[in-house]
Formats: sequence, structure tokens, C-alpha cells
Amino acid sequence: MSANHDRANLLEVRGLTKIFGTLTACDHIDLNIAKGEIHALLGENGAGKSTLVKMLFGSLEPNSGEIFWDGKPVTITSPGVAKKLGIGMVFQHFSLFEALTAAENIALSLNDGSPISTIAAKARALSFSYGLPLDPDSLVGDLSVGERQRIEIIRCLLQTPQLIILDEPTSVLTPQEADKLFETLERLRAEGKSILYISHRLEEVKRICDRATVLRHGKVVGHCNPRQETASSLARMMVGSEVKAVVRAPAEGIETAPALLEIRGLTRKPATPFAIPLKNINLTVRAGEVIGIAGVAGNGQGEFFESVSGEVLQQDAGSVRIRGKDAGGLSITGRRLMGAAFVPEERLGHGAAPRMKLSENLLLSRHATDGKAFVGSGGMVKNGAVYSAAQRIITAMDVRKSAPDPEAAALSGGNLQKFIVGRELDRKPSVMIVNQPTWGVDAGAAAHIRQALIELARSGSAVLVISQDLDELFELSDAIAVMHNGELSTPLPIAEATFEKVGLLMGGAEPGHAEHSLEVA
Amino acid sequence: MDITVNILLTIATAATPLLIAAIGELVVERSGVLNLGVEGMMIMGAVGGFGAGYLTGSPWIGLLAAVIVGALFSLLFAVMTLSLATNQVATGLSLTLLGLGLSGMMGTSFVGQPGERLPNLYIPVLTDIPVIGRLIFGQDPVFYISIALTAAVMWFLFKTRTGLTLRSIGDSHSSAHALGIKVIRYRYLSVIFGGACAGLAGGHLSLVYTPQWVENMSAGRGWIALALVVFASWRPWRVLAGAYIFGAVWIGQLHAQAFGIPVPSQFLSSLPYLATIVVLVLISRNKRLTMMNTPASLGQPFVPDR
Repeated sequence: MSANHDRANLLEVRGLTKIFGTLTACDHIDLNIAKGEIHALLGENGAGKSTLVKMLFGSLEPNSGEIFWDGKPVTITSPGVAKKLGIGMVFQHFSLFEALTAAENIALSLNDGSPISTIAAKARALSFSYGLPLDPDSLVGDLSVGERQRIEIIRCLLQTPQLIILDEPTSVLTPQEADKLFETLERLRAEGKSILYISHRLEEVKRICDRATVLRHGKVVGHCNPRQETASSLARMMVGSEVKAVVRAPAEGIETAPALLEIRGLTRKPATPFAIPLKNINLTVRAGEVIGIAGVAGNGQGEFFESVSGEVLQQDAGSVRIRGKDAGGLSITGRRLMGAAFVPEERLGHGAAPRMKLSENLLLSRHATDGKAFVGSGGMVKNGAVYSAAQRIITAMDVRKSAPDPEAAALSGGNLQKFIVGRELDRKPSVMIVNQPTWGVDAGAAAHIRQALIELARSGSAVLVISQDLDELFELSDAIAVMHNGELSTPLPIAEATFEKVGLLMGGAEPGHAEHSLEVA
Repeated sequence: MDITVNILLTIATAATPLLIAAIGELVVERSGVLNLGVEGMMIMGAVGGFGAGYLTGSPWIGLLAAVIVGALFSLLFAVMTLSLATNQVATGLSLTLLGLGLSGMMGTSFVGQPGERLPNLYIPVLTDIPVIGRLIFGQDPVFYISIALTAAVMWFLFKTRTGLTLRSIGDSHSSAHALGIKVIRYRYLSVIFGGACAGLAGGHLSLVYTPQWVENMSAGRGWIALALVVFASWRPWRVLAGAYIFGAVWIGQLHAQAFGIPVPSQFLSSLPYLATIVVLVLISRNKRLTMMNTPASLGQPFVPDR
């Protein structure tokens, strides 16, 4: 720690506060970043990390507080001002233009007038020198999420910043790509640059960060040296209480259990220019087991979910079979009536209608399957029954809310996700398909959802989980398959699966030949 | 031969106002703003241009006035949709309705008055070359402006940094804002440019096409210009092609009607619309290219969170 005191602070933040309406997103935040350090900013979703960073980058205006840059007080009124000071940012969302090329995207954030071809050449040279190869002429819409992040990093580096802010950079990377990123970060630190690293992945933070600042509910709850902490002590600081570990009882007699969900040669042409075609996907999920599908975002998971859930119908009715019957030609309702339940990735606007109450959302998805319970004679809705069912789910899933029956949009992301998952679990479906079950959900709620999914499977249902979070899949699944470029590998039983094997498959090693590729690598 | 030249000249005259208004709207939409008020801005340009030309006796001053009136009128739309973040569709529609009404009121004293026509270009010797002389060197000044404008917009959008920035705003205004690009300022300038173009197109109607003031004389051309932009998938050269196809079929069917071809006149009158749509749909059948050229944030109000 003493080493850090010797070093001058590049950035000092004192009492920074941001209030949105009645919510204090950041409450008197203090933060010091020394020159040449990797500083972690830890916190649950909604702890105020993004708000803080947006204020540092000038896209949000603080209500009060001071920022010092190199010892001098500064007001960062816009991202342009931040860039002039020497602050660069690698965003998690909303920062690349899909219809433009990589070089054009980079040019837009540089304020010099040099021609695109010069910028492309510079970007190419820089990207190779950091081992993050990039083709500047490719269209962003055609690139994988990992490649897009490279553009962001190269774009940031070309501005030669002193402080680089990375917002959840590894959430979209394969383990191998993440290793590459860490090498780059360490090299930047050796060059004397400072890095503010935002993450909720504790192992990573322990591995590369020199110091950490932990936020909870908009307040700083502690500074620490992550190398001297354990993952569980860090988690306790973030969450404020112990996080219950997920328990997965061993599955027994799976091989002989009936196959409840069967996918046979599922193939789909791309619907839009940037969509991924599905290529001959085969998968069986039996009663009592949880199968996980891993993969870097944008490799066809969304398209696969749409096809299996019935948002998009199949030409070949036999390509999706539920409980032994062809379901490929049936709509979502048809498949629900066969005993399947679905939780899409997008919560607002897909999983729930934002401006409708929770009870109304419940009725919307369940009126067909639970018609007798919720709809009376003459098509009149039984409001009382719907309301009490909604309350039952709210209690079972521990959904925290401000009103008895609030609008879906009024709930935080994690709480809404608990409600949506609970709404489907409440039916005791025999086939459950979930896309990104805990994306943006805090650790406590995530553990709750995962435990509920495992228990559903052990009670005799087939559960299919699509997720980008490998930790989650290893916690949940009895076997893990990997989706890459629209193809699905054969599932690896959890006893044989390792991060490295799954990571290689995520990076495009041939499906079903993980062992072989390992030797080559 | 003379007849052919005359027909070609009338085609150019019919296509010019569509081209100018559509090129202006193309820039507006490329920045992510949908201004449905083209018809209103056009008719305001027409009445302003005619009035100024009639009162000063100079059609050139009239043309300048048309541009200024169009730009000022679009400023109203810009303040509403960009500063006050009103719904762009509703605001654009009301701009058209307001323009049609206001121009009728302003123009009551001009009805039936003879106007000043902008003279066609005449360069001794060159214009006198048979056939091509009049086509290349003998048209009205606004025709040359329209061609130069199309070329300039193509160059601006696809060859300059500022043009790239403008396109990026149309693709995603939140990304652009995150990079520190002044989204609202760019959109203001684009909308005003679009208004100036629509005004110029209106000035062409009342100072060149039919040098007089008639209520509703824009006769739906603003709407055709809007449709051209979409069917041309936001590409300037396709807008040019679309405007000329429309102009050609329009003039062609007028001649056909005059010949008394035994086809219902209603069908002939609808031909320009059909032909333009069919041709533009055929050239933009590459879905991927179309998608890449469609401004993804078109019509969405932008309110930076601060």
C-alpha cells in the first residue's frame, strides 16, 4: 500500500453526488487513482458504478462534488473535455456504429482531420503491436462482440489517454480472449498509464488489479487491496451479506429418463443481414437435467431461442419436439400448452410489457395455459385470481417492489427478472428454456434464480439454459454445449468440462473435437 | 428533333424541384430526423419566392427569398422536435398543414398576377449547338443548382469527416453523444439545410416551372420527394435517378393523354408513381446494402441525459 502513497494521484474524486429524482445514484463518492495502477471499481448492478463513470467521462453532470486531475480542479462538461484531459473510455454498450467500418468508427472519435486511410493504417499497426489484430475495413455489423471490443480498445488507445476506463470488458469475451486483454492491460500499466477497471468478476479483479474501491447502493463501502482479499470477502463487501452458494444435487438415472425436449437438425437462414444462420442443431434434454449452452454473444443464441420458443416457426415440424411430439409448426402458445415455458433474454418489451402491471403481465403470458384459473365464463378476467397468483410469485421469488402491484418498468432489472422466471416456474413446466437467466441481476437474486432452476429440473423437468456467463453455467448445468457461429457442439458432461475446453469451443474450435484442438494449441 | 429536345427539357424541369427537395430531406434523414413537413416548406418557399420576385421585379431576389423562407420555416420544426423533443411525425404533419394554410393566406393578393420567370441560361455559340446545346447550356439556372447540389451532397456525406459524423448520428445518436459529438447542433443544421432545399424547390415552381402563384401549387411534390428518399434507400444518386424517372414518366403520360391513347387517364396519371416505385425497389433489392444505408435512429427523439 505504501507504494501507492508515494505515487502522485492522477485522478481524485471528492464527494461526487448524482441524484435522479428520488434516487441518489452516487452519494458522496471519494476515489483516488494513482499513476500507473489498475484500479478496480466493484459493485453490484445498480450500485452506481456506471453513473460514476459517466460523470468522470462527462456524459452526466454531477449534482455536487469535485474532481481533480493531476492535482488541479476540473469540471468535465462533455466527453470532448474528458478526452482533452486524457481520459479514454471503453464502453460496455452503445458506442459503435454498426453500419460503418471499423476505421470510420475510430475516425469519429479522433478529432484530427487525417484521412480515413491514414487512421486505418495507424489502427492496424497499433492493433498488431498489442496483439489484438483488427481489420480496419470490416463493417462493425459483421464483427463478433469480442472483435467489436477490440475496436473500442484500439480507438481508446489511439487517443493516447492517461486514464483508461473499462466498463465490464470481459463480460463478452471467451476466457482466452480475456487473457489476451489482461496482457494488454498489464502492458499499459507498465507504460505508466492508469486504468479504472469496472467489473463484478472477483477472480479477475484479484488477478490484475492493484487496488479496489467497492460501491454499494451508491456509497463507497470500502477500499482494499484485492490481492489480500478472498473472492468471498470481496463478495461480502459488494453485497453486504453472505451470498448463499448454489447447491446442485447429483442427477441420477438421467440416461434412461424420457427426452422432454428434442432438437433435430434445426436449420435457419439469417433473417437480417447481421443475423446468424443456424446450422443443423441437434440436442436432447431429458427429464431431471439442466443443459447449459455457452457461447460468446451474437453466435446464434438469440436465433436459436426464437426458433425453440416458437417466436419463429420451423418449416420442418419435427425439428423441435416437446414431450415426444412435433412442435416445430406451433406458435409460442401452442408450445406452452404442451408444457413448455420460456424466459427470453430481453426483460422489458419481450419478457414483460413495461407499462403494464405485474398481474397483467402474468395474465398476458398465462391466459392460454391457465385459462380456467384466470378467465371465467364469457371471457371475463378473474382479477382477484390473477392478483393473488401474482402475489404468490412475488412472495416465492422474493421480488422487492415499491407498490403492491407495480408496473413492470418500475421494478429494477433483477427484481423483474425474478418475477418473470417465477411466473414460468409457477406453472411447474415440464420443459423450461431460459435465455440469460441472471443477466444484470445481483448476486443474491442470481443465486435464488439458479437454485430454483436446479430444483425444477430435479423435480422431473427438462431445463435448458442459454448464458454468456460461464461461472453460472458451471454452477447450474449437468452438461454444457457451446454455440459458435450458428453451430452447437455436443454437450460435455460437467465432470469433463473445464473452462479451457469450453473456452476453446467458444472461440471456434471444431464442435466435438475439443480434445484435439487442445493438443494443437 | 426539336420535339425530342423540348420533351427532354420539360422532363428536366419536372424533375428538378423533386430532386432538390429530396436531396435536402435526404441530408435531414441521414442525421436521423424525419421531417414530414417538406410539402409545407416547399409551398412556403413558392409563395415567398413569388412574392419577393413580384414585389422587387427580380426573380433572383425571389429565388433567394424562397430559400430563406424555407429555412426559417424549417427552423420552427427544428425548435419543436430538437429542443422541445416533440414527436417528429406529428410535428412534420402539422408543418405541412400550417404551410399550406399560411401560404394560401399570404398569397391571396398574388393570385392571377403575372410573375417574373428566371431566364434560361444562354451562352452564345455553345447554346446554339444543335440538340445538345440547349440541353447542356440552355436550361434554367435552378437545374444546374440541383445537379451541383446532388454532387456536393454525395461528396459531403461520403468523402468528408463532417459527413461521416452526420451519418454516424443517424445510425445511433446515443453512441454519437457518448463520443462527444454535438448531436443536436448537427441536427439543427441538417433540418435547416433541408428547409432551404425545400424552399428552393418551391421557388423553382413559382419562378421557373409556372411563373405565377396558385394556391396549393406544390400539388403533392413534397410527398413525392419524401417517398423518393425512402425508396432510394437514402442514396443521393438513386434520388437523382428516381426524380428523373418520375419526371420522364410524368411528361410521357401527359403526351400520351394528349394523343388520346385509349387507356383510362386515371391509369396514365398513376403511372409515374408506379414506375418510380418499381424501378427504385428493383435497384434497392440488395437487402444488406439497404439496411446499411437506413439511418437506424430515424425519427427517434434524442434527449441527452445529464
